[in-house]
Amino acid sequence: MTTPAQEFLRSAATKSADLRHRQILRHSIDTYNTSAAQGQARFLDWQAARRRAQAIKWEAVNHLDKYLLQFEVRVKERGGHVFWAENGEQAQKYIVDLAAARNVRTVVKSKSMVAEEIDLTPALEHKGIKVWETDLGEFIVQLRDEPPYHIVTPAIHLSRKEIAALFKEKLGGIDTDDPEKLVAAARVALRRAFFSAEMGISGVNFLVADAGMIALTTNEGNGRLGTSLPRIHVALTGIEKVIPRLEDLAVLWPVLSTAGTGQAVTCYNTLVGGPRTKDEPDGPEEFHVVLLDNGRSELLADAEQRDVLHCIRCGACLNACPVYRSVGGHTYGTTYQGPIGSVLTPHLRGLHEFQHLSYASSLCGGCTEVCPVKIDLHHHLLHNRRNAVKAHQRSWKERIGFRLYRWTMLHPSWLALAGRLGRHAIRVTHALGLGGSALDPLRAWTKDRNPPPIPARSFRSLWKERRGAD
Amino acid sequence: MARVALFIPCFVDQLSPQIGLDTAEVLRRAGYEVDFPKAQTCCGQPAFNTGYWNDARPLAARFVRVFRSYEAVVSPSGSCTTMVRNFYPELLAGTSSHGDAVDLGKRVFELSEFLIKVAHRTGLSAEFPHRVAYHDACHALRELGLKQEPRELLRHVQGLHLVEMPYSEDCCGFGGTFATKFHMISAAMGNSKAANAEKVSAEYITSTDPSCLMHIEGILRRRNSPVRTIHISAILATRVGTGVAPSRLSESEGAKRQESDREAIESQELTNAPGGQQ
Repeated sequence: MTTPAQEFLRSAATKSADLRHRQILRHSIDTYNTSAAQGQARFLDWQAARRRAQAIKWEAVNHLDKYLLQFEVRVKERGGHVFWAENGEQAQKYIVDLAAARNVRTVVKSKSMVAEEIDLTPALEHKGIKVWETDLGEFIVQLRDEPPYHIVTPAIHLSRKEIAALFKEKLGGIDTDDPEKLVAAARVALRRAFFSAEMGISGVNFLVADAGMIALTTNEGNGRLGTSLPRIHVALTGIEKVIPRLEDLAVLWPVLSTAGTGQAVTCYNTLVGGPRTKDEPDGPEEFHVVLLDNGRSELLADAEQRDVLHCIRCGACLNACPVYRSVGGHTYGTTYQGPIGSVLTPHLRGLHEFQHLSYASSLCGGCTEVCPVKIDLHHHLLHNRRNAVKAHQRSWKERIGFRLYRWTMLHPSWLALAGRLGRHAIRVTHALGLGGSALDPLRAWTKDRNPPPIPARSFRSLWKERRGAD
Repeated sequence: MARVALFIPCFVDQLSPQIGLDTAEVLRRAGYEVDFPKAQTCCGQPAFNTGYWNDARPLAARFVRVFRSYEAVVSPSGSCTTMVRNFYPELLAGTSSHGDAVDLGKRVFELSEFLIKVAHRTGLSAEFPHRVAYHDACHALRELGLKQEPRELLRHVQGLHLVEMPYSEDCCGFGGTFATKFHMISAAMGNSKAANAEKVSAEYITSTDPSCLMHIEGILRRRNSPVRTIHISAILATRVGTGVAPSRLSESEGAKRQESDREAIESQELTNAPGGQQ
């Protein structure tokens, strides 16, 4: 069996070399960058908005118990149910059991990364329940039977032509690559599902504590339909999504939409507070909120990386990440891709198996620069690396290598000697035509690059000679 | 005359000595007496970045001891400057070196940063009649906040035509051990950088970080690109009227000396080593 690290390397090698893949992502992310810059310019002070958003999330995350309990009380007052799930299995079981108990045959799902995290759809399908992804991007990747490629834009890796071919094959009777017609075809299929589904499952963008409501953001209105037409609405979310006050949305909604897509405000922003009341014309009969921990409270206990819980899942760090743009979303092999995924996944699924993601970064800091809630992403990659070393999860070769490095660097004369020997070894192996062989000290470097010219003497030796002559 | 200490990154010391000489030359021309504390070795960044903080810590403490008596320390690398200024405080937290490290961090500068912010010098009588694109090295840009400083210096170099390449702020893909551990991703990023420089017909890519440039140069040569790299210190060390070659010696030293030195430092071009390609 291959490990996630081996799988990552294999897939990264393929995707990095795939110029078409890079072009598709580049094009899409360029479009995003243009909109995001325009979006930021609409703020009087985008940096101040980021700081405000950060402060709100900081307050919420550092008083998580208080705000979650407040949220629970309000939801229950209005007749909603709140289920606290310690892990993915509990959350999955609650929803699957509920669906079984209510004889649910069809589920319409709006976008939820937490549902991916707990493998909800396969579990429901296993019980014979038909699950419809209603977000267009999610609908497309579902037709391809693959996970989302990106937190916000799940089908970012597909060209219009590929989507047209997919629809032709899977939906039948459609043979066009006109985006409008493709959307219309998806709409027809999804409308039927909306009206037949007994259960709607949604994610949550914010849990509003003082109002006891969930805030839901979509661009296609699918969230609104899916949470009001079916008899049962299940909102599934991680505990870190709570915010203190309704008025915080005045900052967080535009910050989320600007960072996520560059829009001033996303098309549909919905607040759901409970099941339909007597005087309301529509809405579900039952409203359930599933609050998932799944490792988050351990992250909460980690003062150094607690701010990872600030994440509002806008996807900006993925767009800014040159590694993501090179290897794409599926290479990560995780629910959450890109920098946030590399930082978060070791906490959710174990450092041992996912530490390689923290090393698969040039530490350029592009992610931290764009994060709207100012998570110290690239420094947390360093922290994960340190934790991996501390937990003895690195190879013995590397450990010995760095010990030798340390000893050498503690003595200037050893450095001078090691440098001289090293330069000599490089020149000899290359002169003998052994460049790139197992004997070449530069072999790891020269796989993809030509070797640098190797000087005869070091700076310190040249400097010493000159100073001596002064 | 004010005195500054040269902080020469270990790989520059061993692999790109010319960058050290050029940096000293530029600082002298800006009116500084230049000292090279020969006890210096490595700032510890390779170990720190790979997670080996226990191996990095004694090197950091050592670095602080070696440099703490200097009023200003200048390095031809934004990345190594970042290590000292931004990461030493975290690495040395709780040790007796912490206070000195924090103080020293305020006195360590990347070359272009030092020239603009401390020396207040832009014109250094350099001449480099070429099309040059500046690559924003990540640490200089995002950790030190240097964007205009190197460009400002380049704009004052006679004959130099500064061109902006698209995505100049994108990482080149070096990233320390990332360059070898994830060489395929690193190369993909490097090739994007190279292509962007080719797009604007730059003759040279310059930057504040020798490590990025070594990586980019290797990529450029592998793809048979006409573009070359040059460290910013080499451009600034040129002299008006003396041609384009980066100066190798200060004026006071004789021509004969210059010749022998040139030989001593003459780099041996290695043949293209395509080995290990999958």
